Amino acid sequence: MIAELGHYALMLALGVALVQGSMPIIGTRSNDTALMTMATATALAQFVFVAASFAALAACYVTSDFSVLNVYENSNSAMPLLYRLTSVWGNHEGSMMLWILILAFFGALVAAFGNNLPLKLKANALAVQAWIAAAFQLFILLTSNPFLRIADAPFEGRDLNPILQDPGLAFHPPFLYLGYVGFSIAFSFAIAALLEGRIDAAWARWVRPWVLGAWMCLTLGIAGGSFWAYYELGWGGFWFWDPVENASLMPWLAGTALLHSAVVMEKRNALKVWTILLAILAFSLSLIGTFLVRSGVLTSVHAFANDSRRGVFILAILVVFIGGALSLYAWRAPLLKQGGLFAPISREGALVLNNLFLTSACATVFVGTLYPLALEALTGEKISVGPPFFNATFAPLFIPLLLAMPFGPLLGWKRGDLLGAAQRLVVAAILAAIAAAAAFALQRGGPVLAPFGVGFAIFVMAGALIDIAERTLVLRIPLGAALRRAAGLPRSAWGAAFAHFGIGVTLFGIVAVTAWGSERIAALKPGDTIELAHYRLTFDGLFNRAGANYRDSVGHFSVRRTGGDLIGALEPSRRMFPSRDMATTEAALMTRGVSQLYLSIGDPTPQGTVPVRFYFKPQVLMIWLGALIMFAGGALSLSDRRLRVGAPQSAKASAALQAAE
Amino acid sequence: MKRTLSAQQSKALLAGLLLTLAFSCLAAFPLRAVESSEMLADPALEARARTISKELRCLVCQNQSIDDSEAPLAHDLRVIVRERVKAGDSDTQVVDFLVARYGEFVLLKPRLSWHTLALWGAPPATVLLGAAVLVFISRRRRNAPAQETANLTSAEEARLAELLHDQS
Repeated sequence: MIAELGHYALMLALGVALVQGSMPIIGTRSNDTALMTMATATALAQFVFVAASFAALAACYVTSDFSVLNVYENSNSAMPLLYRLTSVWGNHEGSMMLWILILAFFGALVAAFGNNLPLKLKANALAVQAWIAAAFQLFILLTSNPFLRIADAPFEGRDLNPILQDPGLAFHPPFLYLGYVGFSIAFSFAIAALLEGRIDAAWARWVRPWVLGAWMCLTLGIAGGSFWAYYELGWGGFWFWDPVENASLMPWLAGTALLHSAVVMEKRNALKVWTILLAILAFSLSLIGTFLVRSGVLTSVHAFANDSRRGVFILAILVVFIGGALSLYAWRAPLLKQGGLFAPISREGALVLNNLFLTSACATVFVGTLYPLALEALTGEKISVGPPFFNATFAPLFIPLLLAMPFGPLLGWKRGDLLGAAQRLVVAAILAAIAAAAAFALQRGGPVLAPFGVGFAIFVMAGALIDIAERTLVLRIPLGAALRRAAGLPRSAWGAAFAHFGIGVTLFGIVAVTAWGSERIAALKPGDTIELAHYRLTFDGLFNRAGANYRDSVGHFSVRRTGGDLIGALEPSRRMFPSRDMATTEAALMTRGVSQLYLSIGDPTPQGTVPVRFYFKPQVLMIWLGALIMFAGGALSLSDRRLRVGAPQSAKASAALQAAE
Repeated sequence: MKRTLSAQQSKALLAGLLLTLAFSCLAAFPLRAVESSEMLADPALEARARTISKELRCLVCQNQSIDDSEAPLAHDLRVIVRERVKAGDSDTQVVDFLVARYGEFVLLKPRLSWHTLALWGAPPATVLLGAAVLVFISRRRRNAPAQETANLTSAEEARLAELLHDQS
């Protein structure tokens, strides 16, 4: 019964979405306020129905209703409650449900909190949001219905794939989708602006919080996925340039560019045409990512051709929305008025440079990801584009970006003083040079490029600190006065400095672990000892441990400093899941400052030894710490009063708006 | 029979969680990536073999180097690489040997040729094209200064000023 109610609620949601997608638009054409305000009510109603439908599916999972095919295929009554809940989106149908839930959630947020938006803009934007929602709801109902029943209900479910039975599943997909789908708001606002044929700096002010929020979630989602892969895969890799990862990196790069160009648009009324295009591109890349991952085209072009119902449907959505948006853009963008002029050396100029390299990096990832597919489809020739290609092409594009990053905030709007900015960054450059020299002196036989990487990272971090120092005049005026200035700084300035600092932190972690990480691969018998980077590892033996729905074969290892004193134990395991007859590797981690010891084991060999992979990962935690700092920077900016949609002080403003309508 | 998730599946799952599982690939892979038994005694040769392995694709995997892969084929390829390195081949000779056997598909970093020109050309081309467009636009706009203000009603101007007045 619950499944049927969920199915029915989804159909109702589709019906509401169709109303939401048509009536407000008609309203904007005929200047009918009643029709335009329908957008708000329908967006809220649509969210209620989608949420009800999602809740129904979740209820089927929690109660282990195996008469529902989707639950039977992906759940098991022995799983703990957390995994029974998260397995809702651990499969194709359920993850699409999560997709539309978040889409409807964002629509409802705009409807509920966008009271100060011009009525027409709001109506158009929510209508566009409804078109996207309707397309994906239709997709679910026609090709990926999670509510299908099985005639003879099985007694037990097939279980969730063991690799997904991890707290990472509770965290990674929702945040990734909050980011992906959050860009739909920018997209809808862009289309709404194009439909009206008018756009101004206020548009950027309205859209920026949404872009920022989506960007924050995407940052966290990508970092969370990277951390999950790091500890789950058994060898401590954190980024693989895998197509599915690239699919999430592309919207992030485009979104980061959008975040910066929207600043220029808001402050200087410039780059409008470009910002609109980026808003369209960021969400288009999210759609492309969804297509790549959902259609199976990545596995092989042929797999796609064999079972293509879903793939073709998403491809159609892709073509209609991206094609439609870009056509509308080509038609309407020339009508948009150009705004403020600026010299090449200026804050605007720096942000344009940022956009140039971010979009080029994004294009590189795009081409690299799709080139093998395109080449195979066109010529039948198979090539591979893997990590070595991306490392070789992506890094050169990011270096100018990192070099220019500290300059940007120090340049003035309209016309900047490059020499002045350079003088203020001398300290950062000196620190970077010292760090690079120290890295060079300390590393024995490490990669030649590593000290440069360290130098860049320090330069970026120091640059962010100098930005704040310059604004607060700390060290130049009495501390109390500087603190008062610091408190008076707009939160968005703090946010930018935090985010830039975070980039430096992440970069430092990547360089350090890539250049100076070390490993020992060995086959150990109980009592054996190996050494790695000031640590000594002794294998004490194997024992078994039972879990909720698995059995662990655990290795116990003592860790000592090379000097001799015991600092702890590591217990990596091989985890057997009888329900699927599969095993996963559970690595053991020991944190030392921001570095980690990483240990994983394989199945025992007939000779009685256990294969062991022991890694020292220097500064590895900085990679994700940097992402957290970026997230915090975003949160600071978002809390800036001026950015808050519907902030209390806007009461006067909305009175002015009503006068304008 | 005991089945082990091959690492490339774990990767696809983890990174996206979303790919429909290719269960056909869930064959018995009791091996793990680079085993101690495979490794060469000479650390310098072993280091070279590792570097070469990172550039070679495990042919049955999705976007994974033979250095990371648990598939039996990757094991075989690692052994071949080590045999060639031990026999005194240079890095290029080892790679050429494998390309001759398995085609360019085995290379994770495709060689520059006619059919990969667009791939390698894309990054510099985007930057150059973008820069050219920027120069073009800024020249054109300097020659013909644009109208500074959009056509707003006076009430909208007031609203805009309200929104922007507390600029930093």
